[in-house]
Amino acid sequence: MKKVYNSAAEALDGLLFDGMFIASGGFGLCGIPELLLASIRDAGTKDLTFASNNAGVDDFGIGILLQTKQVKKMISSYVGENDEFMSQYLSGELDLEFNPQGTLAERMRSAGCGIPGFYTKTGVGTVIAEGKEHKDFDGETYILETGLFADLSIVKAWKADTTGNLVFRKTARNFNPPAAMCGKVCVVEVEELVEPGELDPDNIHLPGVFVNRIIQGEHEKRIEQRTVRAD
Amino acid sequence: MPWDRNQMAERAAQELEDGWYVNLGIGIPTLVSNYIPNDIEVTLQSENGMLGMGPFPLEEDLDPDLINAGKQTISELPHTSYFDSATSFGMIRGGKIAMAILGAMEVAENGDLANWMIPGKLVKGMGGAMDLVAGVGRVLVITDHTSKHGEPKLLAKCTLPLTGAGVVDRIITNLGVFDVVEGGLKIVEIAPDVTEEEIRASTEAALV
Repeated sequence: MKKVYNSAAEALDGLLFDGMFIASGGFGLCGIPELLLASIRDAGTKDLTFASNNAGVDDFGIGILLQTKQVKKMISSYVGENDEFMSQYLSGELDLEFNPQGTLAERMRSAGCGIPGFYTKTGVGTVIAEGKEHKDFDGETYILETGLFADLSIVKAWKADTTGNLVFRKTARNFNPPAAMCGKVCVVEVEELVEPGELDPDNIHLPGVFVNRIIQGEHEKRIEQRTVRAD
Repeated sequence: MPWDRNQMAERAAQELEDGWYVNLGIGIPTLVSNYIPNDIEVTLQSENGMLGMGPFPLEEDLDPDLINAGKQTISELPHTSYFDSATSFGMIRGGKIAMAILGAMEVAENGDLANWMIPGKLVKGMGGAMDLVAGVGRVLVITDHTSKHGEPKLLAKCTLPLTGAGVVDRIITNLGVFDVVEGGLKIVEIAPDVTEEEIRASTEAALV
């Protein structure tokens, strides 16, 4: 079965529709599926709901889809670096659901594992717990959180083989595996595409069963906060 | 003299124990890494998916794939490991991280913590703070004793939306060290040349 496509537009062909729910990997600008995001902008798909830890910056990451007003709702843990996001949010154009970061990751992972809900201590006694089922286990109170079942997963990996086995690099792994797992279809973009047998089977970070389509391309990999030490 | 930022961080570093895995928040908590005693091994966790966080990199070692939870470029160490966000918060929620050190807008005498949201102001999000305070072994707060306007930050009850309810174990301020105990906050230590009267005058929380 062919998983490798020649371009982001080809890989997304037939998958995009207005009002859809997309889960995206990345933390800040690290490990984001920048080629697929650009292709969704070019496709003009509207009223998108994104589950993504962050919303990019004004001109990179999900920020480029905010500029074109293609996003209806964000499910995120932190959105502090994006002025366009804030202005659309404050004017009521954009809906926002804050999730604690670990709850967001687990909502993706659990959905990908066929688990529609789980109990967590995170957020008990805060606004996050309002309206959610509470349940005690061994004297501790937990709240029920639900899995995030997405129409589409878009993720970025370092390397893939042509069957979709993935290897990530350093902290660019972040939300990519859980985001990849929770979609009906998963499209991945990689820096390097290799033949089966070239990746060590003992060092695959995400098995190809979770991956449907693959593209290889050039990545900008922008740094958000450049910090160095002097010596 | 009350403690300055670095002295608060230095005092906080004395809380660390050999073999601990620890998560440091943004701001003064980050400075704690400069004062970890040489005779203990402490591994720093960055919740975006790294154990064994090293110092900021040299210019030639900058790597866009290697950042901390504040999105700053960072370096790795010989014992570093990387993992995804679900695993990262698995170790946080699962109690494997011994301590989180983080800042506060308000702390209440019952251990409630508020540090993510001011109603009516721009809200950026809680990031991983709610997961950390709910999951780790001990929560240590480092904060100035009063706000920029001189208002107490150690309160009878938080006025801001909570990050966690009853989660704080110990507080280090520029004036001293306080434990959350039955009935209020207990003074554990007073900064040099600070008096208990000064602390009482700038604290709303019950001191027991």
